[in-house]
Amino acid sequence: MTIPTHQASADKPHVGLFVTCLVDLMRPVIGFATVDLIEKSGCRVSVPEMQTCCGQPAFNSGDRAGTKRLARQVIAAFDEFDYVVAPSGSCAGMLKAHYGELFADEPGMSDTVKSFCDKTFELVSFLVDIRGMTEVAAEFRGKVTYHDSCAGLRELGIQAQPRALLKSVAGLEISEMQDPDVCCGFGGTFCVKYGDISNAIVEKKTANIDASGAEVLLAGDLGCLMNMAGKLSREGRSVEVRHVSEVLAGMTDGPAIGAKRT
Amino acid sequence: MVIRSGKFKANAREALADPQLQRAMSNVGVGFVQKRRMAMDKLPEFDALRDQARDIKNHTFQYLDLYYEEYEKKVREAGGHVHFAPTDGDARDIILDICRNAGAHSVTKGKSMIAEEIAINDHLEENGIKPIETDLGEYIIQLRGEAPSHIIAPAIHLNKDQVEASFREAHTGLDENRNLDEPESLVAEARSMLREAFLNADVGITGANFLIAETGTSVIVTNEGNGDLTQSLPRVHIVITSLEKMVPTLEDATAILRVLARTATGQEMAVYNTFSTGPRREGDPDGPEEYHVVVLDNGRSSMIGTEFQDMLRCIRCGACMNHCPVYQSVGGHAYGWVYPGPMGSVLSPSLIGVDKAGHLPNASTFCGRCEAVCPMRIPLPKMMRHWREREFERHLSPFSVRSGLGFWKFFATRPRLYNFTAAVAMPVLAALAGAKGYLKALPLATGWTHYRNLPAPEGRTFQQQWRDHLAGVDE
Ligand code: SF4
Repeated sequence: MTIPTHQASADKPHVGLFVTCLVDLMRPVIGFATVDLIEKSGCRVSVPEMQTCCGQPAFNSGDRAGTKRLARQVIAAFDEFDYVVAPSGSCAGMLKAHYGELFADEPGMSDTVKSFCDKTFELVSFLVDIRGMTEVAAEFRGKVTYHDSCAGLRELGIQAQPRALLKSVAGLEISEMQDPDVCCGFGGTFCVKYGDISNAIVEKKTANIDASGAEVLLAGDLGCLMNMAGKLSREGRSVEVRHVSEVLAGMTDGPAIGAKRT
Repeated sequence: MVIRSGKFKANAREALADPQLQRAMSNVGVGFVQKRRMAMDKLPEFDALRDQARDIKNHTFQYLDLYYEEYEKKVREAGGHVHFAPTDGDARDIILDICRNAGAHSVTKGKSMIAEEIAINDHLEENGIKPIETDLGEYIIQLRGEAPSHIIAPAIHLNKDQVEASFREAHTGLDENRNLDEPESLVAEARSMLREAFLNADVGITGANFLIAETGTSVIVTNEGNGDLTQSLPRVHIVITSLEKMVPTLEDATAILRVLARTATGQEMAVYNTFSTGPRREGDPDGPEEYHVVVLDNGRSSMIGTEFQDMLRCIRCGACMNHCPVYQSVGGHAYGWVYPGPMGSVLSPSLIGVDKAGHLPNASTFCGRCEAVCPMRIPLPKMMRHWREREFERHLSPFSVRSGLGFWKFFATRPRLYNFTAAVAMPVLAALAGAKGYLKALPLATGWTHYRNLPAPEGRTFQQQWRDHLAGVDE
């Protein structure tokens, strides 16, 4: 069942929010920030209830049949929308770049899958590339550094868009870290299957984050953010960690990822 | 070479705990990466060259049998011999035979990964023939009894002081107080040691970066010039190479040369690009009397037509490992066989079996940097995933992975149950973390919490909050 929002207005493009399982479970504020930004870009948003996960854990573990079952579920749940938007480069990459490949051996599915892939976007690239957003009205005082999560960067070409919008945030200064485009070591199940290697990789990342002098770390993928936040906190570093959408939507009143609750 | 890929995890753990290795590896992600970047920036049409290089190889594989025939004919016409070796054992036998027929006692060797793949050094030594590596990096690791840890920089896992210690130990009879502080002095010492080896060798073995069908030519690309001495001074020259090195024409080879050095070392061209066609002709000032090419298959031909065919385009530039966060962390030896890094994680299972090399395609974050830099546009992550699929189909994936996945799938394919369970579990997790906002340890999540804190969930799920939000709006 799909529940329409108060922004419902028939002439606006209708966006189905693919909230991603991590955001749903761990950090709902990203979901609300995403809805807000999509609405500001002139769309109406609905959140299909019949969604869980994009299927990456199965896909990357070699379980093709299991992935397909889930993918069918996702495609069906978002059938009615003009767009599908996810606040995650890796989930959007899965939906947009890999679903096609997944059903390549089922010619009967190709039209359905293609139109699904074509209408699916990662949040920030949707705002900038599709909706032509060039600025946001938010304010955020402080120096931030932006990590380019791998899938968003290499599968979807997301690099300039978040920085362009961040520059328009009042009071915000960007201080680039060294190697912002190098993996943080998360890699989904990789970070627990190969915990010590993942740790060696994220240690380099947190050192670079720290050296940037930024007070806040931003990125577009909650998996990577939790990995880096968890490491920064274990190392006792005081950098605050947030999803880029929180800053762009001006929803930064609550505690940062893994930070103290007041 | 003993295959240790099955112990990848243990190998990696050792590597991470080895401060010498970590010190040596800390430069990989900097030097190589910057040099490549600078070379790219100077050549705006680089991406077009990559497409061209990819297309040349794809075309060649389509007609590989024809090009191979043509190549063999041309080598024969030039007075050389081509030996086809279906397996590594065949290649060893062929090479030993040639050496024996030449009455060889000592053999000089240029750098060749195929020579590593067939472990020719051990075989020659067991049969009373002394192989001497002439590439500086290979020479160093031969002294130390080690395997290469990188496909173009075999001794990259070592620091200068380790090399100095090895030289002092091996080169006895030299002044003990000699100064070996500078890399140049190490190079000079190795050179003087090798001079005699070059002159005494009966056979020289090199690899080949390309085989050119139209002319019957083999090409080596080096920076030290040792390959040229290896192949021109001894009476017999053996080229040990593999099937996929074939290209149709001289022009094709030069097209790929344009991307090779740039991605490998950031040079526009390597210092020596040597083309050899047959043995010495009458009137030639130098060159070998016999010229043999041993072409190894070892499973490669059976990759053609499969989802792994693209891997055969690899020109062994090393860029994928230079840019790989996993390789940078654990070094090449952890991969446990000849080919390390992303290219090895795809190729090794094809050559030695996914049952022996299954860890390798799993040990990747799928960050995709390897594919982004590969000059031959090889979709490395996609092929690692294909290996994971093969493993999964054959039930080779570990129980923990399968059972965890089954558990997750059960919920993921039942949205209502998933929503219900999440709505119960997340507040519990949040309460466990309390005001701190994170968890330091969590049963079943120790893989995570051993190294990092687990940021606590907000509490109520998005789906729950969204329903409330809509209800509030309706009122
Ligand atoms: S896979 Fe690509 S990047 Fe890696 S060594 Fe081969 S050609 Fe170079």
